[in-house]
Amino acid sequence: MVKPWLLPSPLAVLRSLLEGVRDGYGPLHMGSLTWGLLLSLGRLALGYAISLVGGVILGLGLARSRLLDESVGTIVTGLQALPSICWMPLAILWFGLSEAAVLFVVVAGSLLSITVATEAGVRNVPPLYLRAAKTMGATGWTLYARVLLPAALPGIVTGMKLGWTFAWRSLMAAELIYVAGGVGQLLQVGEDTNDMARVVAVMLLIVVIGLAIEALAFGRLERRIRARWGLDRA
Amino acid sequence: MIDIRGVSKQFTTSRGTHHALSAVDLHVEEGEFLCLCGPSGCGKSTLLNLIAGLERPDAGEVIVDGKIITAPGPDRCVMFQESALFPWLTVAKNVEFALELAKVPKAEWAGRVENHLRMVHLWRFRDAQVHELSGGMRQRVALARALAPHPRVLLMDEPFAALDAQTRDVLHSELVDVWTAHRKTVVFVTHNVREAVRLGDRVIVMGTRPGRVKSVHKIDLARPRDLEGDVAYYVGRIMKELKVEVEKVIREEIDDAIEPAKGAVPPGSAGGMGDGI
Repeated sequence: MVKPWLLPSPLAVLRSLLEGVRDGYGPLHMGSLTWGLLLSLGRLALGYAISLVGGVILGLGLARSRLLDESVGTIVTGLQALPSICWMPLAILWFGLSEAAVLFVVVAGSLLSITVATEAGVRNVPPLYLRAAKTMGATGWTLYARVLLPAALPGIVTGMKLGWTFAWRSLMAAELIYVAGGVGQLLQVGEDTNDMARVVAVMLLIVVIGLAIEALAFGRLERRIRARWGLDRA
Repeated sequence: MIDIRGVSKQFTTSRGTHHALSAVDLHVEEGEFLCLCGPSGCGKSTLLNLIAGLERPDAGEVIVDGKIITAPGPDRCVMFQESALFPWLTVAKNVEFALELAKVPKAEWAGRVENHLRMVHLWRFRDAQVHELSGGMRQRVALARALAPHPRVLLMDEPFAALDAQTRDVLHSELVDVWTAHRKTVVFVTHNVREAVRLGDRVIVMGTRPGRVKSVHKIDLARPRDLEGDVAYYVGRIMKELKVEVEKVIREEIDDAIEPAKGAVPPGSAGGMGDGI
């Protein structure tokens, strides 16, 4: 028989999860599951939105400008190897113990993966599309917004998908290390009180949220775009 | 209408400098259907790109309607070997996008889209996705898209080369119908001599190393042209001239030790010449 403080039984985990769902983890304004979820998802949404806009613009720039590629290209690849949580000490130094520090870690974790995928997506756009658009009179902004970007969309969506998982993971790490509320803190409290049933219950929750966002948002989006672009015909 | 004056163009690759075009002079009349024909590497596509403004000449100038060409523009629409339709737009939206880019007033869009899709017999497919269409249908939409903004010149870069022979045959007669109705100036690039003779008022045979105009053939035949009789006569005459050029290309492409048999048309770039019509 496994000792329950080493690995809780499924029943105990389920019981803890139900307790959480009934907001038994703490008061509603602090420490409850609802509170943790709202806080984490809010941070995720904000951080991810910043990453998405920044990553797509930077990726577009890297793919289209040789100067940018040769100057920042290597840095982008290098920084990708760095787990975003390593930024935490610096982020706290720069922004203090604040939301901004957590946000910075989330952005650092996901922006570059979106950048790299966008860059690849833009580089894979058939040059013929651009030639055709130019002969029809497209220039400058129109060429970027109406031809290059939609043509690169299947690649960009892959980056979006990748980027959000990185954002979610970075956020959990940040919330675990720098206790600032959210789902990560729910897990931390479980550890502090030696409540392994709760730890596993929160882990389960993190996975379920991941699956839900994937299924509801990104999976659907990617399927629709691939079908529309005619990429799914085997 | 189109004046090409002393145009030269070279490309530098890792294997050295390639003279794609050397001092080419050419004049295209308003409403003329001109075919550029020659083996691979003769610069026929380069010449078309120069007229389109997709590339700039190293020397000489390309003049369309009295203006020196420096950039691409909707007055010179191009049809490529692949349709280059945008998959994120429907058939009708693809045509509409060309009108928008050409700055056609919005009030005219719907009418022009319908006219041109009816012209290529694809009005029924106006809401279809691009990937739902066959290769021949895509080229039809591409033709509609190229003509809808009413360009001064239609430039065609081997637009039917990737199609099967039957589809190509149908599209040839449709293109001739459209051209007869509109009398648009057309520059049509092909490596297929029969295609050139069947479609063109004049066939320009281009030579290679360096790319240049080798000979000009006026095709004095009534349209629609079938492939027997007189067309075959012209084809034979042009093929004989091309053989010299094609052998020159083959000799450079394959190992020096191998000499093509005298008088034989070797495979490769010559193999497809005149195929499938």
